[in-house]
Amino acid sequence: MSRAVTLASSLSWVAFLVTLPLWMNDLYFLHVLIITGIFIVAAMSLNLLLGYTGQLSLGHVAFFGIGAYVSSLVSLGFEIHVWGETTVSLEPKPVWLAMLVAVMFAGLCGFMIGKISFKVRGAYFVIVSVSFAEVTRLVALNWLELTQGPMALNNIPYLKLGIPGVGQIDFIGKLPNYYLVLGVAILTYVIIRRLVRSRAGRAMIALRENEPLATSVGIDVTRFLVLATVVSAGLAGLAGAVYAHYVRIVDPDVFLFIYTVTMVIMVVTGGKGTLAGPIVGGLIFGILPEVLRGFEVMPEIQWVVYGVLMILIVYFLPEGIVPALRDAWRRWAGRSGTPPARPTVVVEAQP
Amino acid sequence: MDQFLQHALNAMILGGTYALLGIGLTLIFGIMRVVNFTHGELYAFGAYMMYMWVMLIGANFMVSIVLAIALGVALGAVIEIVLLRRLRGADIDTTMLVMIGAWIAMQNIEQLAWSGVAKSINSPFPSAPLVMGAISVSWTRLFVFAVAVVLIAATNVLIQRTRLGKAMRATFQDREAAALMGVRIDTVHTATFALGSGLAAAAGALLGPVFVVYPTIGDLASLKAFAIVILGGLGSIPGATIGGFILAFMEELGAGYISSGYRDAMGFLLIILILLFKPTGLFARKERIG
Amino acid sequence: MTALDTSTAPAAAAAPGAPALVVTGLSIRFGGLTAVEDMTFEVNEGEVLSLIGPNGAGKTSAFNAITGYIQAASGSIVYRGAPLLGLKPNQIAAHGVVRTFQKTSVFNGLPVLDNVLVGLHLRARQHPLAIILGLPGVKRDEARLREAAWDILTLVGLDGRAHETAASLPYGELRLLEVAIALAAEPTLLLLDEPVSGMNPSETGAFMALLGRIRARGVTVLLVEHDMKMVMGVSDRVVCLNQGRIIADGPPAAIQRDPQVIRAYLGERYVRARG
Repeated sequence: MSRAVTLASSLSWVAFLVTLPLWMNDLYFLHVLIITGIFIVAAMSLNLLLGYTGQLSLGHVAFFGIGAYVSSLVSLGFEIHVWGETTVSLEPKPVWLAMLVAVMFAGLCGFMIGKISFKVRGAYFVIVSVSFAEVTRLVALNWLELTQGPMALNNIPYLKLGIPGVGQIDFIGKLPNYYLVLGVAILTYVIIRRLVRSRAGRAMIALRENEPLATSVGIDVTRFLVLATVVSAGLAGLAGAVYAHYVRIVDPDVFLFIYTVTMVIMVVTGGKGTLAGPIVGGLIFGILPEVLRGFEVMPEIQWVVYGVLMILIVYFLPEGIVPALRDAWRRWAGRSGTPPARPTVVVEAQP
Repeated sequence: MDQFLQHALNAMILGGTYALLGIGLTLIFGIMRVVNFTHGELYAFGAYMMYMWVMLIGANFMVSIVLAIALGVALGAVIEIVLLRRLRGADIDTTMLVMIGAWIAMQNIEQLAWSGVAKSINSPFPSAPLVMGAISVSWTRLFVFAVAVVLIAATNVLIQRTRLGKAMRATFQDREAAALMGVRIDTVHTATFALGSGLAAAAGALLGPVFVVYPTIGDLASLKAFAIVILGGLGSIPGATIGGFILAFMEELGAGYISSGYRDAMGFLLIILILLFKPTGLFARKERIG
Repeated sequence: MTALDTSTAPAAAAAPGAPALVVTGLSIRFGGLTAVEDMTFEVNEGEVLSLIGPNGAGKTSAFNAITGYIQAASGSIVYRGAPLLGLKPNQIAAHGVVRTFQKTSVFNGLPVLDNVLVGLHLRARQHPLAIILGLPGVKRDEARLREAAWDILTLVGLDGRAHETAASLPYGELRLLEVAIALAAEPTLLLLDEPVSGMNPSETGAFMALLGRIRARGVTVLLVEHDMKMVMGVSDRVVCLNQGRIIADGPPAAIQRDPQVIRAYLGERYVRARG
C-alpha cells in the first residue's frame, strides 16, 4: 500500500516536471530551474558522502569544476607544452564523449582523494577536500595554456545527440537543456537510490552509525568510503559537464568555495541521509536567491542569511526538513500502519 | 645562494606568524575537539581591527596591536559562549556545520562593513629596509617576527605555568577525569577558544601592515592553519610551532623557485605528503585506547 | 535456513574437538602497562570456552587482540591454520571469527531488520556496478538476504520487533540484537564479551537457551563473562586469568574447586555475594 503511494507520488512529480515548460513558458524562470537542477544533482552527489557515509566533503565543488573543465577541454581540444618542445594535443571530440571522460576523470580524482584521506578520515577528510578544491582553483587560474586562466574557456560546444528514430537533438537553449537536466537529475536519483538500498549503501550507513561494529561483521571501511567518494565525485563531475555545455563558458570561479557551501546548506536543510532531502533543500536554495533578488537584497546579506540559517537549522532542525515532515506525518497519521511481521517472500531457486 | 638566504629569512619571519595561527587552531581542536572554521575570520578580524584603530581612529601602532588582540579574545569568548556552549557533547560534524555557518556569516559581514576594496595599514617603522650584505629585510617584518616570538613564548608560559594552563592540559588529557577533579570545563572551553582566537587575531594584526587586508584573507589563513596543524599533529603545540615554520619555508621556496601563482598550493601539497607518509602528523601523541 | 548457509561456510568444517583457535605466547602492552602476559590457550571446534578473571585481568584485551582491534606486542593467534595477527577486524571476520562488544553496540538509528542485514554483509553477492545498473541479480540477492535476516531474527526471538528502530528496544533485546548481528556474519567462532551483564535472571536464562541453539548449529563460542551461574552452566571448559596470566584451565567443576581460582577471583566474589 505505501509502495503504491510512493510510486504514484514519484510518477506525478515526474509528470509535473516534464509538463512544466508547457504551461510555464518564461525563459528566465526556465533558466533558474536549469541552474537549480544542476545544483540539485551536485547536492544529491554530496549527500551520498555527507548524508550516508557521514563524511563531509567540503571541496565538493572541485569535482563539479573538474567535470566542467574536462568536458569543455575534451570537446574543444587543446595543445599544451609538457617539456621543452614536446607537446600534448587533443583534437576536439564529440560532446557526449567529453562528458563521459569528465565523469570518469572526476571519479578518478575522487578515488585518489579518498585513498589519501580515508586513512585517517573525519576532520582530515574535510581539510583535504577543502584544500583540494583550492588547489584546483589555483591550477585553473594559473595554467593559462590549458585553461586560459581568468580569460575563461569560451565557445564551448553544446551537446548533440543522435537518437534512433527521432534524429539529432541539439541541446542548445533553455527548453532542451531543461529536459537534459531533468533526465540527469532522475538518473542521479535512481543511481543513489539503488546504491543506498543495497549491500554497498548499508555498509556506508553502518560505518556512519557504528564503525567498530561495522568492521566486526566484515565491512571494509576504506573500500566503501572510497566507493562512495568515486560515485559522488563522478556525479558531481556530470553536473559540472552539463553546466559547461549549457552556459558554454567556464572560468575559475566555478571552483569558488561558496558553491560548496551552497550544496552543503541544501543537503543539511533538506535532510542529509534522505533521498528527497537534497531535492527539497535544492529547490529552496535555488529559488530563494531569485526571491531575494526581487527585494533587491545585496548578495552579502544573502550569504549572511545563509550562514545564520545553517546555524539555526543545526540547532533547531538537526535532521533537516524532510525527516521532520516525515515524523510529523507519522505522528498525525498515528501508528496504525505497522507492517506485517514476516512477509512471505518467494526466493527463486538457484541452479 | 644569496637568493636562497633571502627566501630563508623571509620564511623565518613569516613562520612566526604562521606558528601563532597554528597554535591557536591546534589548542582549540586538542582541547575542545572543534574544527574551527572561523579561525581565518578571527585572523581577518584582527587585521581589520588594526586597520580601524591605526588608519581610521589614528591610535598608536603598538596600542592598536594590543587592542586588536584583546578584541579578538573577546570575540572568541562570545563565539564560544553563544554558539559552541550549547553544542557540548554534540559530534564533531555538528559543530563543524555550525562553524561553517559562522564562517560564511562573519566573512560577509566583514565585506559589508569594510567593502571589498583592499586596505593597507601604515606602519611607523622606516620604509628603508635593513640591509645585511646581499639580503635585506624591512623593519616592519622584523618587528612582526619579534612580537610573534614573544607571543609564542607567552602562550607556552600560560599553558605550562599557570592554573588555567594546568586545567587546559588536564582537559586535553582526559575531559571526564578533569571534570571529576574539579576543573570547570565551561571555563576551560571559553578560555581556550578565546586564547586561540586571540592568537589568530594577533597573526592578522601583525601581518595586516605587511600585506593588504581584504574580506576573504581569512579563507587562506584558515587553510594554512589547517595545513600547519595536520603537519604538526592535531593538538600538538610544538608541532604547530614547527609546522608553521615548515609551511612558511615551503611557500617561500615554492614561490621563489616554482611559480608565485602556486605559492598558496604548498599547504595542500604538504597535507598530501604528510597524509601519505605520516598521517598522524610529525608530533602527534599516540591516540588513547578507550 | 536457506541454501545460502552452505555457500559461504568454510570448506574445512573441521572435526569437533580439534583445536580451532590457537593462541600462543600472546602479550599485550599499553605504553608501559602489560595487560596480557604470555597467554597460551586453545579453543576446540564446537566447544563453549569461557574466559574468566577479575576486572582488569586482560580478558577484553585478549578479545580485542584476537579480533584485530588492538595490536599484540608478541605471540601468535592462529584460527583453523590461518594466522590472524596483523589482520584488520573485517579480514578476521571473513575468516569466520566474529565478536560482540562489552558495551551495547548496535546500529541505533536503523530498524532491527536492517541491523541484521548489515551483519549479512559478507554473505551478499552484489558488485557495485551491478547495483548501479540495477541488474536483476541484485534484487534476487536482496530477497535472499532478507529471508536470511528473518531466519536469524526468528532464531534469537526478535522477529516481532523487526521494523522497530534499534534504539527503541529494551536493554535485554538490544543484547539479543547484538548477537543476531554477529550471527548474521556467519561466524564459525563467536566471541561474546559479557553478553548477559546487566540482564535480569529471566533474561539471562533466555540467553543461555539461545546459546544452546547457537552451539547446536556447530558454532564454536569463546565467552567472557562475570555471571558465574551462566559460565558454569554453559561452558565445556573454563580458562581463568589473573593479572594478565592464565592461572587455571579445565572443566567448570574443576575450576570451581581450584584453590588458586578461589583465591584470585571466586572467593572474594562468593564472600560478597553471600554476605
